[in-house]
Amino acid sequence: MQPKPLALKILDIVSIIVLVTSAYLALVFAPTELVMGDVQRIFYFHIGTAWTALLGFILAAVFSVIYLITKDLKWDRFQVAAIEVSLVFFLITIVLGSIWARPVWNTWWTWDPRLTTAAITELIYVAYFMLRQGIDDPDRRARFGAVYALIGGLSAPITFFAIRLFRTIHPVVISGSNPEAEGSFSMTADMRVAFFFALFAFTVIFIDLFWNRIRLGSLQDTVEQLKLKVSM
Amino acid sequence: MITVKKLVKRFGLKTILRGVDFEVQPGEFVALLGPNGAGKTTFLRILASLSRPSVGEVNIAGYKLPHEAAQVRARLGVVSHLPLLYGDLTAEENLRFYARMYNIPKYELRVTEILDMVGLEARRRDLVRTFSRGMQQRLAIGRAVLHDPDVILFDEPYTGLDQDASSMLDEVLKTVASKGRTVVMTSHDLVHAEDLATRFDILSRGIISASASRKELRRTNLLTFYRQALAG
Amino acid sequence: MVIKATKMKPIIANRSQPSGNFTEAVSAVVWKDLRAEFRSRELFSAMLVFSLLIILIFNFALELDIKTRQSVTAGVLWSTFAFAGTLGLNRSMAIEKDRGCLDGLLLAPVDRSAIYFGKVISNLAFMLIVETIVLPVYSVLYNVNLFQPGLLLVILLGSIGYVAVGTLLAAMSVQTRTRDILLPILLFPVVIPVLLAAVKASSGFLTGADFADILLPINLLIAYDIIFIAVAFMVFDNVVEE
Repeated sequence: MQPKPLALKILDIVSIIVLVTSAYLALVFAPTELVMGDVQRIFYFHIGTAWTALLGFILAAVFSVIYLITKDLKWDRFQVAAIEVSLVFFLITIVLGSIWARPVWNTWWTWDPRLTTAAITELIYVAYFMLRQGIDDPDRRARFGAVYALIGGLSAPITFFAIRLFRTIHPVVISGSNPEAEGSFSMTADMRVAFFFALFAFTVIFIDLFWNRIRLGSLQDTVEQLKLKVSM
Repeated sequence: MITVKKLVKRFGLKTILRGVDFEVQPGEFVALLGPNGAGKTTFLRILASLSRPSVGEVNIAGYKLPHEAAQVRARLGVVSHLPLLYGDLTAEENLRFYARMYNIPKYELRVTEILDMVGLEARRRDLVRTFSRGMQQRLAIGRAVLHDPDVILFDEPYTGLDQDASSMLDEVLKTVASKGRTVVMTSHDLVHAEDLATRFDILSRGIISASASRKELRRTNLLTFYRQALAG
Repeated sequence: MVIKATKMKPIIANRSQPSGNFTEAVSAVVWKDLRAEFRSRELFSAMLVFSLLIILIFNFALELDIKTRQSVTAGVLWSTFAFAGTLGLNRSMAIEKDRGCLDGLLLAPVDRSAIYFGKVISNLAFMLIVETIVLPVYSVLYNVNLFQPGLLLVILLGSIGYVAVGTLLAAMSVQTRTRDILLPILLFPVVIPVLLAAVKASSGFLTGADFADILLPINLLIAYDIIFIAVAFMVFDNVVEE
């Protein structure tokens, strides 16, 4: 039973520190936004989690390709970790987006391209796990997982662009997408600090969770192996 | 004709074949016996190029698996306990389909020849789903030798056949095996193996635990040999 | 009953010739699927009846009066095709899996992608046949003219994309424990770009929108079709081999 590597233990602590710091920066340090008020502070976390979720998404697609080429099961473990972490972060992103939308646009859900694509990606992830559930052979499970993650990884960006290009008329929301681009609020220097730190903090948290999840995966495999030895 | 060296097959953490060494000379008829779950079907599937070895070398008719699989398949005929036939097509349509898949030139004559050989000429225009199990098995053998393979693999061909059908299968097998072809047949049924094979190998606990030629077995009998091999 | 040991023709004439087999294998698979289906008509009748039932349900579920009909026709049609399509995809693969026929296909000395292309073409054929019947029925029921070449083009392009990804995913789902139920769950999130673009383009043709507006979704459909056929072609081996 390999003990937790020192680096990982340190990373765990660092993650908690940056999370707390980021929370401070977002909730206390950054100035209150003029138009939306305090609810705008969610934005920092929203972007942070969205960014990490996206990172996980891209990594998953890359791991798919690597696994299909090398057929080394460790890439499959990496992929499961990336997708799991990404799944959780997309969920947080969606919930935070929803909380933000309510007071600002008076609706719980906006059909804007990013939120919608996030939701669809969640469904792809869930489908991914359901696919894996139904397969007993680990090699086949890894292969099918990789193929589906690849297909999903290609399809989601296309969905995003398609929605952006075509869904121009929608009754509920007029300006649902990136507020920065439309300048619905511009960031002061302080806000920028909070913003970039949030990105940094969530990247650290992502790496920490990702690494932990991979370790969990290999421990699970070890347990399976031991179980098999005992039952023989 | 067939050379297998140190073949290991793992499914995830379970090892089914643990270093099988197996050699068959051209023209031999090897009966591969063993208890259920010994790995006979797994072994045969690897020889048939339907499954890849985890470790080890397989050489058939001078071609290596899995790299030269296409060349191997062209010289290999396989009869499984599943019919591998399309119920909604007629007997001749099934044969024609496989003839095209194997790229046999001018196949009409060959199809008639095969139907004749397995005694199904009269029912060539009948749908395969109206055939009895014995008839389907005969047609399946016809399908397997359509492209005149050097090697034929039979996986438990007598499964589910009644006495009459079994006798007919004996006849067909004798005809098919007589043209200098190399045959490997797995069976948990010692009776049929006894008459046809020139050599008997026992697959037990993941390796070939015993092997005896027909001559050697004249002194003991097959059942004793089998029991001894399993006990050892 | 006599088994004759007939005198076989010279052995070389019967030998399998693995090279140059690709198109022959693809057309053999297509022909086999079509022939078997014309006999039993199971798949086809199931898809057709299901489609008509879906249209019926939409009639009661949505207010398809003259005003709203215009805007929802494209959506209703594509929803119908998407749902009915899963029946065909599932069944087509299940036939191969059930009698071990997939092994029969894999034993042939031919590239695995030939199986993929053969299946895609026959699945596409089934889908197009069903669509060809649904269109006039819908036209009659709702007094809408659906026979515009532009619309037919969109239906073709959309169906190709749907079937290209669907065949690959069906090949996977049929090998899992959950089988049939899994295919829609896998397929729908991934095929949304097709639905989006197809509905947009179909709507455009039906309401007589600007050609520039319609061109964009059509381009997307073509891009999607090309990308996913290429990807599926490359990964199909991984899905059927062991």
